[in-house]
Amino acid sequence: MERRRFLLALALGAAGRSATAAVDFAPVLPGRRLVFPADHGAHPDFRTEWWYATGWLNLPDGSPLGFQTTFFRVRTGVGEDSPSAFSPRQLILAHAAIADPRLERLRHGERSARVGFGRAGFELGRTGVWVGDWRFALDGERYRAEVHAEDFAYSLELRPAGPPLLNGQGGFSAKAADPRHASYYYSRPQLAVSGSVTLDGKQLPVRGRAWLDHEWSSELLPDGAKGWDWVGLNLDDGSALMAFRLRDGQGRALWAAATWQLAGGGARVMRPAEVVFTPGREWRSPRTGIRYPVEWRLRVGEREFGLRPLLDDQELDSRRSTGSMYWEGAVRVIEGGREVGRGYLEMTGYGERIRVG
Amino acid sequence: MGWRCLAPVFLGSLARRRLTTLFSLVAIVLGVALGMAVQAVHEAALSEFDRGLRNMAGAADLQVVGPRGGFDEQLYARLAAHPDVAEASPVLEVEVRLVGHDESLQVLGVDAFVLARVTPQLLPRADGGDRYAIFAGDGVFLSHAAVDALGVKAGGLLRVQAGSAEVALKVAGDLPAMGDGRCLGVMDIAAVQTLFGKLGHLTRIDLRLKGGVDAETARRSLQAELPDGVLVETPAAEADQAANLSRAYRVNLTLLAAIALLTGGFLVFSAQALSVVRRRSEFAFLRAIGLSQNALFGWLVCEGAAVGLFGGVLGVVTGHGLAWGALALLGGDLGAGYFAGLAPRLQFQPLASAVYTLLGVVAGVAGAWLPAKEAATVAPAQALKAGDEAALHGGRGHPLFGLALLAGSLAACAIPPLDGLPLGGYLAVACILAGAVLLLPSIAALLARLLPGGGPVAARLAVARLAAAPGHAVVAAAGVLTSVALAAAMAIMVASFRDSVDQWLTQLLPADLYLRAGRAQSGGYLDEALQARIVATAGVGSVAFTRHDGLRLAAGHAPVALLARPVSAAGGGLPLVGQPVAVDGPEVWISEAMQDLYGWRPGQQVELPLAGKPVRLTVAGVWRDYARQTGAVMIDLDAYRRLTGDRLANDAAIHLAPGADALRTANALSALAGPGVLEVTFPGEIRAITLRIFDRTFAVTYLLEAVAVAIGLAGVAASFAALAAARRKEFGMLRHLGLTRRQIGWMLAQEGALAAGVGVLAGLLAGGAIGLVLIEVVNRQSFHWSMDLHVPWLSLLIFGLGLVALAALAAVLAGRQAMRRDAVLAVREDW
Repeated sequence: MERRRFLLALALGAAGRSATAAVDFAPVLPGRRLVFPADHGAHPDFRTEWWYATGWLNLPDGSPLGFQTTFFRVRTGVGEDSPSAFSPRQLILAHAAIADPRLERLRHGERSARVGFGRAGFELGRTGVWVGDWRFALDGERYRAEVHAEDFAYSLELRPAGPPLLNGQGGFSAKAADPRHASYYYSRPQLAVSGSVTLDGKQLPVRGRAWLDHEWSSELLPDGAKGWDWVGLNLDDGSALMAFRLRDGQGRALWAAATWQLAGGGARVMRPAEVVFTPGREWRSPRTGIRYPVEWRLRVGEREFGLRPLLDDQELDSRRSTGSMYWEGAVRVIEGGREVGRGYLEMTGYGERIRVG
Repeated sequence: MGWRCLAPVFLGSLARRRLTTLFSLVAIVLGVALGMAVQAVHEAALSEFDRGLRNMAGAADLQVVGPRGGFDEQLYARLAAHPDVAEASPVLEVEVRLVGHDESLQVLGVDAFVLARVTPQLLPRADGGDRYAIFAGDGVFLSHAAVDALGVKAGGLLRVQAGSAEVALKVAGDLPAMGDGRCLGVMDIAAVQTLFGKLGHLTRIDLRLKGGVDAETARRSLQAELPDGVLVETPAAEADQAANLSRAYRVNLTLLAAIALLTGGFLVFSAQALSVVRRRSEFAFLRAIGLSQNALFGWLVCEGAAVGLFGGVLGVVTGHGLAWGALALLGGDLGAGYFAGLAPRLQFQPLASAVYTLLGVVAGVAGAWLPAKEAATVAPAQALKAGDEAALHGGRGHPLFGLALLAGSLAACAIPPLDGLPLGGYLAVACILAGAVLLLPSIAALLARLLPGGGPVAARLAVARLAAAPGHAVVAAAGVLTSVALAAAMAIMVASFRDSVDQWLTQLLPADLYLRAGRAQSGGYLDEALQARIVATAGVGSVAFTRHDGLRLAAGHAPVALLARPVSAAGGGLPLVGQPVAVDGPEVWISEAMQDLYGWRPGQQVELPLAGKPVRLTVAGVWRDYARQTGAVMIDLDAYRRLTGDRLANDAAIHLAPGADALRTANALSALAGPGVLEVTFPGEIRAITLRIFDRTFAVTYLLEAVAVAIGLAGVAASFAALAAARRKEFGMLRHLGLTRRQIGWMLAQEGALAAGVGVLAGLLAGGAIGLVLIEVVNRQSFHWSMDLHVPWLSLLIFGLGLVALAALAAVLAGRQAMRRDAVLAVREDW
């Protein structure tokens, strides 16, 4: 999925550009078979990579929370042959958020560091990435997410229900008609979550369901793309749906894709024409003035869903680490007038003042 | 009698004797202005320094500092993982020499990721908003002050010296949160490590502690984990160190201000003393019509206070003006080099201004006190019929008290410095001055008795007057004594200092050529290959390399300079103080400051943190160092290399091969590296530059001293004039007895010369004593260095004779005015 790379493309513009001449990033090629568990680990030869967990939690009193844990690994292309141990060859950037309907906005924290001195790092061959005391790792059969931000913390265990869901052609996920714009991308839907969340100094046990994306690539966004809309939805019947589209400056779709995880196992990859995003009600951020369509109609093949946010204000200000402003939030999935699942919606590129490059 | 009718009588009298009032006023203005200026400039510099430090320290609770060359970067991993530490920010600081500029630039290598949480003031902002531009290895971000000073804009190139090569850094943006006053650049830490040969090293780690962790407890527990020579400090400690460093210099300048104020006080005293005598019948009349003794005293003190207040206010205004000019011209350290890289801004200081105004008033009141007391005690009846208007009482002096004060000054010299300030020394100076003034009448009487009794009538009259009326001598000579004593003391101190520095330079610079890689700064060095090429250069006979570093020996102390250079047996060639001691094993030679600050003695075993390990060395001797008042240690280069494995050097002293041409060799040496990278100088140049800096530092002193003496002298002349005017009846009588105008003039000249001579003589004696106190106590305690006494006899002789001649001339001119009949009519009280 190209979405997070867009964030990074914005942030790393010049470093990325100047580096392309000097550094050979590994290319994303069709036909490469993803191998597990090796591909759960990091791929430091590629420019960017992320592990992106989102999901719904329930507090003991039954009230819902949304959570997000994101770890980016970035190969900057700078200082590749520098003898300094501080050389910023690889960076780890992390975002974490809790969507709390009672607070009516996100709690959000971020960390970033260069890899080295035990301050930040990643593992090869198995999922393991950390910055400071934030950590995301595959521990046996379970993922563990540890986050300690200023006004919240959580420690979660995420247990996969089945094998990885490969997006696109066996994990080769195209972003445009030109195969150059692609990534390796797989998802882990229907993760069973248990653990604890600390809010306002109080530690509370939680349970829920989550979604994990792991994606890596070296390419920047195709020309003309201004942003994207993405969903990862866990449906109550055990199936799951990943869908995204890239938009141009007028809000028209440049490209779209979707993958169904079928309830009984197996997957179905949709063609771009079968995926239609239709924006609904808009919400205007009081902080940035950016208008986000927080409600959507999403048609994938013959099915059509409505998306309703857990709360309107799930705008995420990551200007200090990746330098971008986007909306990443918990949504309910409505079909035929009733809730059929829950998931996460991400919208980027709605800001007027977004720097490109 | 109300305020309205008495104010013109008393305060109006000041206006009637305009010139004497003016001189008193100017002296007070000078004293207050000087003190105020020194205070304001220093405060501006210190607060800028402090603000800079706070900027640099940001939200850091603790800072880990080490030798100037840095410490092992692995400490960062350990400290960052420490349970008490919330965030650790590694910093590598280098002084980078700019190609084509005289000055250098402080460059901080930082990790931009952790800055936001520890020192957000250092956060760079990329030109064009490219947030990750700091990672580009050649990008530097400049503070606004640096942009102004260097004249480079974002996108431009900054050519700097890295090692002994030249590199071009790209100005990638600015430091928006850094205050205007700080001149520095920020780069990525990896780039600084790589470019400036500092791989594996850090110079500082800023720590933010976890919430609820006590800084002092954490400091102790962290310190226990650090190697020798690496210290954990609270960010405030560095500001204190800077304040201490420059305080001694500031105190010396403030002393000059005190001199001017004291002179002002004396001038008020002499003016009031004479004026009071002349107005005696006026006061008697006032007393007769009901003015109380206390009221009269009060009004007379008020006269002094008025002069003091006016002088104080004017002085504070002038002082701020002076400070503004001094900051613009000389910088925050008045040319002394304590606050490099700062551009301080002047601010009005209400409290200090009030204090200095008050000091002016105090000087005026103190000067007016005794004459007022004397005038108030005279019985009205006696004063109304008194014939001699010019008679002065209380002029006998207090010789025993004076002697006691002189003895006290000796005791005061033994007082150790308090909080780094030589207060005992200043107390001794005050005792000597006061004692000399109190002894002055006795000296005058003694001198009069020693002078031959015969000679022409005029001379006999003059001597008789000196012997009979020592009160006059006190008034006229006390002012002379004060200014002569202080001027002579300063002259002796500065001459001794300059002479000692000159000799020290000669001893320290015995070679034919000196070569350095960008000053003694951490950004430039000579690597082994370059050292070998220097040795192999045609015309080079022998080479002595020097390595510079800075060591941290104790928390709260400024770093100590480490010099590693070849030291011959028994410290030959070093400017030694005292005898060296024979030592087994590795030896270290310490500067005098190390004796004072750390209590080290020759023969003592000491521990130095070299390359992170404690190394035991024996103090073999003490050498004089005028360059580093925070202390310096020297060890033999071979021993240093053996102990640390550090084979770099910063500069080289080169003896030419026999018959080699110095200029040609110098050119060949410069050509070893890129243009402007290696700086080759002749010892004569270094010496000239050093002495020029010395003179510049003391230029302010010279100037202020000259002004103080000139005003003191003018005041003395005014006193003589007033005295002469008051004696017009006496002149009339002498004329009646048949003396010619010429004879009377001659008599006045001799009187003036005698009175001034007494003052000059006593002043020179007191000045010599004060000079010794300045050299042996004040300077030693302030700067921790000794100097050899050097008395500028000729200058002092000319100065003394000139003063006597000027005093005589002033007396004659005043007498002429007084003897002119129409002048007598025209000028009632004043001339």
